[in-house]
Amino acid sequence: MHIIVCVKQVPDWDIPPSSFKVDEAAKRVTPPAGVAAVPSQFDTIGVEAAMRLKDKTPDAKITIMSMGPEAARDVIKHSLAMGADEGLLLTDPLFEDLDWYQVALVLSTAVKKLEDVDLVICGRQAVDWDMGVSGSGIAELLDWPALTIGKDVQVNDGTLSVERVLMDGFETVEAPLPAVATVSNELGEPRYPKLQQIMQAAKKQVTIWSAADLGLNEAQLGPDGRKLTLERLYVPQSDAQCEMMEGDTPEEMAQNLAKKLAEAKLI
Amino acid sequence: MAHAILVVGEVADGALAPITAEMLGAAKRLSDGGTVACALIGPDAGSNAGDAIALGADEALVADNPALAEYNTDAYMQAILKLTEQAAAPVILFGQTNIGRDLAPRLAFRLGTGVIMDTVELAMEGGRLHGTRPCYGGNARAVHVVQSDPQIVTVRAKSQDPAEADASRQGQTTNVDIQIDDSAIRVKVTDRKGAAAEGVRLEDADIVVSGGRGLGGPEHFDVIEELAGALGAAVGASRAVCDLDWRPVSEQVGLTGKVVSPTLYIAVAISGASQHMAGCSGSKNIVAINKDPDANIFKASRFGIAEDFSKVMKPLIEAVKQERGS
Ligand SMILES: Cc1cc2nc3c(=O)[nH]c(=O)nc-3n(C[C@H](O)[C@H](O)[C@H](O)COP(=O)(O)OP(=O)(O)OC[C@H]3O[C@@H](n4cnc5c(N)ncnc54)[C@H](O)[C@@H]3O)c2cc1C
Ligand SMILES: Nc1ncnc2c1ncn2[C@@H]1O[C@H](COP(=O)(O)O)[C@@H](O)[C@H]1O
Repeated sequence: MHIIVCVKQVPDWDIPPSSFKVDEAAKRVTPPAGVAAVPSQFDTIGVEAAMRLKDKTPDAKITIMSMGPEAARDVIKHSLAMGADEGLLLTDPLFEDLDWYQVALVLSTAVKKLEDVDLVICGRQAVDWDMGVSGSGIAELLDWPALTIGKDVQVNDGTLSVERVLMDGFETVEAPLPAVATVSNELGEPRYPKLQQIMQAAKKQVTIWSAADLGLNEAQLGPDGRKLTLERLYVPQSDAQCEMMEGDTPEEMAQNLAKKLAEAKLI
Repeated sequence: MAHAILVVGEVADGALAPITAEMLGAAKRLSDGGTVACALIGPDAGSNAGDAIALGADEALVADNPALAEYNTDAYMQAILKLTEQAAAPVILFGQTNIGRDLAPRLAFRLGTGVIMDTVELAMEGGRLHGTRPCYGGNARAVHVVQSDPQIVTVRAKSQDPAEADASRQGQTTNVDIQIDDSAIRVKVTDRKGAAAEGVRLEDADIVVSGGRGLGGPEHFDVIEELAGALGAAVGASRAVCDLDWRPVSEQVGLTGKVVSPTLYIAVAISGASQHMAGCSGSKNIVAINKDPDANIFKASRFGIAEDFSKVMKPLIEAVKQERGS
């Protein structure tokens, strides 16, 4: 079984809201200086899902696929240290400013070129734009089923089985391989690489493919190939003014709060 | 009949889902004189056609094939393709629901067009739909436009004003014959479990009391439940708490949990991370109890207490009971 896990490199999300900055003219986020980019949170959970399958079926091969700048090699390395076998870095100046249709085009074309892929695992959404369409998009472009927002991913006799997180419950769905699964945090904590694994990861192979390697051209990946444009990016302002409850003791503060809530007719 | 907008309706417990009423309200506002179609999918879905029309649909497109009783990506794809063709609308609205978040991207890629997920604001400018959506964990908002037709958008619950029902509105109901090709159904649902919902539904509650990791353990949710009980409120939680299995996932408020917009949201021992606020910032009034006076949650709050919850909650429950009793 050959499993591809799609791992995107994103700005670190674990920063105080006050250091989150947007360059409105460039319509881009400005990451705070000195804070390194990280693998998207749900994608590391995707690696964990793949590793759990490999724990049961040790001859499964896991390839980590990331599209991004040369620096995205770091997120591949982290995933390799978690136990994945190989890396595939899709990097090209033409990949720099794509919309979601084009991203799914690039990723699905790479899956096609690999030929022997049984399962593609994606995050439910990348934690930069939170769009949550690429898993379904890759599946659609490959004409494969996609089982989305999984908390448990199993493979038995060529059948993928995913327990999906619904807004009010869970459902288990099955589909024949090859297929795409997307995963959510309910799957559980991703394993943490041990020092020895980090050292081993340095020796694992990372293949690099460009747009030309994938047979994709500028017409497909340029502005004319976009389906979606970004008109504006901004930080919403909150006008809330917090009134802190006074009081010499916590009891007094609590009583003041109850009074305020009653005065405002909120309780 | 070619319409300006197709709303993909949803039915819950035999009635039109609230998100559908919201989308019909938005569609009426955005259609600029054009007509609005509402797709109703599933056996008996047609019994809601009158309601859809009263809420603003000019035509209800009914696909009442028994194979569509429960959501299945492949079966619904076949139905939605046919309905999309029938409505011939340049704009398609889905709810950001179990169905919409799975089906809308799939449909967009099948039709070779774009999709904007989870929009909270919609505007028609220069004949194109502008969709505003939270991104970067709720830290930022992006405005997108789909450049090809149909322009597919999913709409977040409680983001749009529903239309007022007008029983005298006239509209047409059309049964769309859907042939389901079983050989194209690869996905099979083998099990479905609802979350055990007790008391007030979180997303409908007028007051929500939520607890966070700062409570220190699941046993300390007793004060959250007690305050919620005294207020007739629903209980919510942060993701940290759900990830720790202190509370069920169905109580999670936030980016990847539920979106709530109650009149009063009381956050206890929750730091106020942007991803949490993404689920509750639509609340009319937020009240925070957190021992850290610099916690982010206070920045979005109307009232706050900077104290240890264990010292505040019992007296607060008592005081609230007194205020409500008097
Ligand atoms: C992609 C992504 C999606 C996410 N989706 C969600 C989501 O949907 N919902 C969500 O909630 N989070 C979500 N998160 C997680 C979010 O970033 C935060 O980690 C989470 O909300 C923190 O939960 P918390 O506030 O309960 O815990 P903490 O951040 O640990 O905060 C605990 C708070 O309790 C206070 N405290 C501690 N002890 C006491 C005491 N004795 N009395 C009073 N106060 C006390 C502390 O001062 C602190 O402010 C997401 C994260 C990512 C990356
Ligand atoms: N540039 C990328 N490289 C690798 N995987 C990606 C990339 N973009 C998106 N993905 C995958 O698609 C998922 C959903 O992304 P999105 O649709 O952008 O929210 C992510 O969690 C990744 O698994």
